[in-house]
Amino acid sequence: MPKRDDINSVLVIGSGPIVIGQAAEFDYSGTQACRVLRAEGVRVILVNPNPATIMTDPDFADATYIEPITTESLEAIIVKEKPDAVLPTLGGQTALNAAIALDAEGILAKHGVELIGAKVDAIQRGEDRQLFKELVLESGADVARSHIVHTVDEAVAGAADLGYPLVVRPSFTMGGLGSGFAYDEPELIRMVTDGLHQSPTTEVLLEESILGWKEYELELMRDTHDNTVVVCSIENVDPVGVHTGDSITVAPALTLTDREYQKLRDIGIDIIRRVGVDTGGCNIQFAIDPTNGRIIVIEMNPRVSRSSALASKATGFPIAKIAAKLALGYRLDEIPNDITQVTPASFEPTLDYIVVKVPRFAFEKFPSADATLTTTMKSVGEAMAIGRNYSTALQKALRSLEKRGSSFHWQGEPGSKSALLEKAKTPTDGRIVTVQQAFRAGATIEEVFDATAIDPWFLDQIVLINEVADRIAGLGKLDADLFVLAKDHGFSDAQIAELRGLTEQEVRNLRWQLGVRPVYKTVDTCAGEFPALTPYHYSSYDLETEIAPSDRRKVVILGSGPNRIGQGVEFDYSCVHASFALSDAGFETIMINCNPETVSTDYDTSDRLYFEPLTLEDVLEVIHAESKSGELVGVVVQLGGQTALGLAKGLEAAGVPILGTTPAAIDLAEERGEFSRILDEAGLLAPRNGTATDAPSAVRVAEEIGYPVLVRPSFVLGGRGMEIVYSTPDLEDYFDRVRDQAIIGPGSPLLVDRFLDDAIEIDVDALFDGESLYIGGIMEHLEEAGVHSGDSACTLPPVTLGRDVQQRVIEATRKIAEGIGVRGLLNVQFAIGAGVLYVLEANPRASRTVPFVSKALGIPLAKAASLIMVGRTIGQLVDSGLLPAHDGSQVPLDAPVAVKEAVLPFKRFRTIEGHVVDSVLGPEMRSTGEVMGIDRDFPRAFAKSQDASYGGLPEQGTVFVSVADRDKRAVVLPILRLHQLGFQILATDGTAEVLARNGIPATSVRKWFQGQEIVEGEPSVVELINAGKVDLIINTPSGRSARADGYEIRTASVANDKPLFTSIAQLAAAVATFDEAHLPIEVRSLQDYALDRARGAEVAAGA
Amino acid sequence: MTSADPAVLVLEDGTRYTGRAYGARGRTLGEAVFTTGMTGYQETLTDPSYAGQIVVQTAPHIGNTGVNDEDLESRRIWVAGYVVRDPSRVVSNFRATRSLDDDLVKDGIVGISGIDTRALTRRIREVGALRAGVFSGEDAKLDPEEQLAAVRAGRDMRGLNLSGEVSVSETQVTPAVVAEGETSLGALAVLDLGVKQATVNRLSERGFDVHVMPQSSTLAEVLAIDPVAVFYSNGPGDPAASQTHVELLQGVLSEGLPFFGICFGNQLLGRALGFGTYKLPFGHRGINQPVLDKATGRVEITSQNHGFAVDAPVEGVHDSPAGFGRVEVSHVGLNDQVVEGLRALDIPAFSVQYHPEAAAGPHDSDYLFDRFRELVLAHQASQGAQQ
Repeated sequence: MPKRDDINSVLVIGSGPIVIGQAAEFDYSGTQACRVLRAEGVRVILVNPNPATIMTDPDFADATYIEPITTESLEAIIVKEKPDAVLPTLGGQTALNAAIALDAEGILAKHGVELIGAKVDAIQRGEDRQLFKELVLESGADVARSHIVHTVDEAVAGAADLGYPLVVRPSFTMGGLGSGFAYDEPELIRMVTDGLHQSPTTEVLLEESILGWKEYELELMRDTHDNTVVVCSIENVDPVGVHTGDSITVAPALTLTDREYQKLRDIGIDIIRRVGVDTGGCNIQFAIDPTNGRIIVIEMNPRVSRSSALASKATGFPIAKIAAKLALGYRLDEIPNDITQVTPASFEPTLDYIVVKVPRFAFEKFPSADATLTTTMKSVGEAMAIGRNYSTALQKALRSLEKRGSSFHWQGEPGSKSALLEKAKTPTDGRIVTVQQAFRAGATIEEVFDATAIDPWFLDQIVLINEVADRIAGLGKLDADLFVLAKDHGFSDAQIAELRGLTEQEVRNLRWQLGVRPVYKTVDTCAGEFPALTPYHYSSYDLETEIAPSDRRKVVILGSGPNRIGQGVEFDYSCVHASFALSDAGFETIMINCNPETVSTDYDTSDRLYFEPLTLEDVLEVIHAESKSGELVGVVVQLGGQTALGLAKGLEAAGVPILGTTPAAIDLAEERGEFSRILDEAGLLAPRNGTATDAPSAVRVAEEIGYPVLVRPSFVLGGRGMEIVYSTPDLEDYFDRVRDQAIIGPGSPLLVDRFLDDAIEIDVDALFDGESLYIGGIMEHLEEAGVHSGDSACTLPPVTLGRDVQQRVIEATRKIAEGIGVRGLLNVQFAIGAGVLYVLEANPRASRTVPFVSKALGIPLAKAASLIMVGRTIGQLVDSGLLPAHDGSQVPLDAPVAVKEAVLPFKRFRTIEGHVVDSVLGPEMRSTGEVMGIDRDFPRAFAKSQDASYGGLPEQGTVFVSVADRDKRAVVLPILRLHQLGFQILATDGTAEVLARNGIPATSVRKWFQGQEIVEGEPSVVELINAGKVDLIINTPSGRSARADGYEIRTASVANDKPLFTSIAQLAAAVATFDEAHLPIEVRSLQDYALDRARGAEVAAGA
Repeated sequence: MTSADPAVLVLEDGTRYTGRAYGARGRTLGEAVFTTGMTGYQETLTDPSYAGQIVVQTAPHIGNTGVNDEDLESRRIWVAGYVVRDPSRVVSNFRATRSLDDDLVKDGIVGISGIDTRALTRRIREVGALRAGVFSGEDAKLDPEEQLAAVRAGRDMRGLNLSGEVSVSETQVTPAVVAEGETSLGALAVLDLGVKQATVNRLSERGFDVHVMPQSSTLAEVLAIDPVAVFYSNGPGDPAASQTHVELLQGVLSEGLPFFGICFGNQLLGRALGFGTYKLPFGHRGINQPVLDKATGRVEITSQNHGFAVDAPVEGVHDSPAGFGRVEVSHVGLNDQVVEGLRALDIPAFSVQYHPEAAAGPHDSDYLFDRFRELVLAHQASQGAQQ
């Protein structure tokens, strides 16, 4: 059947904020879907409150709603836009759940809107564990023995049948949240209690353990004509027991015979048919008993998933794009394969290379969290690499992680074999390196298999890598043959240098002298059977390169690598925009990146895509290859976060032109002494500060400038290692804790700043072309200074800063831009305390807030920056209409207010004892994503941001308050307001007393630590929270010990999904919204806001 | 690391690819072709259709799951030579009984590893399948000119009849697999032009007593087993060089016997009906080939291995030039519109160019064996009605 003619407008639901388990891959899939639908002439209405995404760029939809994904807000959009259909299969579990809710509440039927992409009954069959299990059994395939339970008692009874260990899986949660192995009854009870809470259907599945089995995934697509194809097979290197998202995975599957593979395929096709997915994709996970081949179907996702994004990048088959076309009614054989353009999409890609994905974790951000990998996903990002063989792909992927110690190494003694084998038994971040070291220590494949259950074939590949390392380290001459051998197993110049006792530069020079350079192959979906028209390349030390010569002017854009906390999708946004803008300006754009989740690694985004690690070696080789034709204008480094910026010096040293702000200027901003000089010359103030390279010097500096101090290593993003330190012992303790991370040393000193209590933080994003300054936006943080800007909510335009303050901020920004010599983007963080403006830091690069500013005010900062880098002036960009005539410092009073709120992952992380980790915000960033609320004024915008991030604030109920002494004065007014609004107030003794003196009746309750024993009739606050009797928690910590005091209260809040405020500023903002809470939500698209702005500008011009 | 023994692959155009010896040492000549399947190397190697060909695996890692006794498609490895990038050093599969190296050496298959198989594949795609040779052991040391001369002296696939090299010499019978209380449909004459075990299994599961007969069988010998139907298997070689098989088939069709042919059998049906065949530039070899079943409009993902194709009009119904009534192209390859199946409308005969037995490959086309069974049953019913 060709395209349906009854669908003229579609509401696409996005996936909301980036959280663990649902990240940038849904921006990639959603962006593809929007592009496809528009290309098909469909009016696209998009809802996604995540401003950092590319899909929410107003260019990708006809109506873009940055609104919460709630039933209420979706209905308001449906009423306003009257779409013919809703497409929920490209926005992860969030979109699917939202669609099910719309259907269940009769909203779809009421407004005559059809669900496309997947039918509700198909979604139910795929996601409901019991229905799915029955369906698998009917198809003749096998499932793990299991029990569905709805109470803890049922769980204990079920476990008696299944035995321990067993798997606990809450139904309908995303990224495997709440699932894991229970080894005994207390553990089972704890996990089931949590799981019943997390499951929207209060349902938990208990399952027989298949720990150690081989794990596979198939990505399938099916059309209305029952044509089904398997797009990709993926094998997990880590056996069952580790969530797929946390496993090292490889495509295609490498340890299956055709018979076994075809069995999986047959089962997969049978299941997709029975579930009834008939206009889209699905992903099915299998486990295979390695001893006898017994196959168990683990689960399926009746939608585009994280693995679909990986499979798309791994094969060149764009699953989301095809899914969107299928949803419109096309058949697979009616859709051409993009890459060959002559063959249809109704085929199965075949690979002549190996793809390896490795997860990126952030345990260093949560030191108290248990780093054991389980069936609950904990990684925050991933890197993918393509190689002509597994060893190459694996080594490239590991170095793509940009994490110290993530690559194989051969330095020093490996340690004792038995200790390494023991360590390898527990799956953790970096286990693969432990395995490699165990082999170095003499372990056999059998021994390592016994410890890890990793397939012997994968283990032998590590043995092979060690053997090649021995050859490299041996006495033989480092000649071309040895180089080719090393490179054909993925060794980097740095690794070879380490093995030969040379520097990386010496190795590279020698290799270049010998003429050993990589060639670039193409990802073509067909293993070379048909010519590929899409330049999607990867390196290989093979014979023949496939780069087509070009005589154009080229710009290379460096991406931001794997997502991590502090460097996520917002940097990809900037890179992609640069690519679009430079392409429009006539340049050939060349993207280098290794993150499969992103839009930048979509082969449609840039003129050429190199899927390569972002190391100096790999980038230099791409540049060398591209320099053979055309003219290389330069490399864009300021948009890809610290990853790209970190390569600037090395590239410049190698003679590669850097576009925009020079590496020397970048250093000016990072180097404390130089930066102080710039501030001095400009008459600007920084908090008292100094630098130190070790503990004694840090103590000297801190004692001189006075505690509390804010310490932060240089050259890091996301506040890595950044803390507020209150005393000398704390500072010494800090050095102990960060020692093994090697982030402080002579080349990268520790910055020690006087910490400004009670100051307001201000963030500015601006453009500078050498002459003119163009303010993107001035953002006012809601949290006080000291909370990392990435974790702090902020508002644009500012809502409490006077004109004069803003004017001072603008002038200061200009002076800093001039002083540094910025060409392109600049982000400056200020703090204002007691009327004094302090400069906290300046970064001459794209910041995390660039997309937020762009969406809130309609200013395409990243596009403009990329054009400034190639020589355009701000005046030209304004004249051409790319930039609005008035910059972001001049926001009219009737303009909407946008609030950005951070989303934090505390719930994912448990201590070894099983408690949630502490959730106090601090100077080290820990949020994984953000949402934006936009509305006519601050309270409404803030309320939307809360709805979008946490499911909203309560309209009535009980509030618990416990605040530090310094906050006791400030807490009175907000609590009074809550009291007037009818909330019951609970408080700890001290706080209750203060409230009582101010005429606010408050019931005094015990804190948890006032006695752990349960007192009948006198529950502690933790018990009350766990019992669901508290709706809002306010707990502000002060100093280290008090932080520990409130820990149990805060973790209980997080574990029970209750709104928690850890600062009075947050509380005050929230209280301001309560008056609005009962009003119906008003929704407005970015396009409408843009029209308002245009009208406003006309009026202003006319007047 | 794998063997350090040098080996060289030489193409008839003079291109040389150096690599490492793999499998048996020595020299081998054949037609270089590539196959794109990512699984099923054991089935591929033991598929008689690859006789005379030096097979290039586009999938880089080969041998990971070793070799077992269940996945053999015939009694031996048939490829003339084997070209891979990264042969496995270990065997990892619960069914494996030995390594692939063991079998390559046992069957004397000269291979080469460490080759840029993608560059080679692209070359074959550009210039077409071409004569090649692999030289290892002592032969690797030969003068390059001498190696090239040997390659150029090798036989050309065009006009080559290889059926005799792969066929059984005596009829072998596999009884029907039938449920208790049921009887077989009767004898099925399978002309062994290079038949695979999976085909025999699929046919016997459909209730036929499968008689795998030598390729040299005459019409009289075929009729002597009183067949309920005749089946032509896949196999190597140029269909234009198989006139005796074509004539045999014309005899079978004239007898009114139901017929099903696959792969080489499809080409021979095409010729028997009076159409021509031609050599494809580089063939279809892989397990991901989309084929449209024109009757249902559905797409099946098929396993293919053919270098020749039938030259018949893809659209419409046409009279058989050889006088067997109306014929239509039933299946079409979606990648390049090549004829992938034929159906006679006035006689009970059909064929497909691909491999419904799919070993290796997807099982999408398994229904064709059911279709054959139904054809035979319908034919028997109509015969019964006439009698």
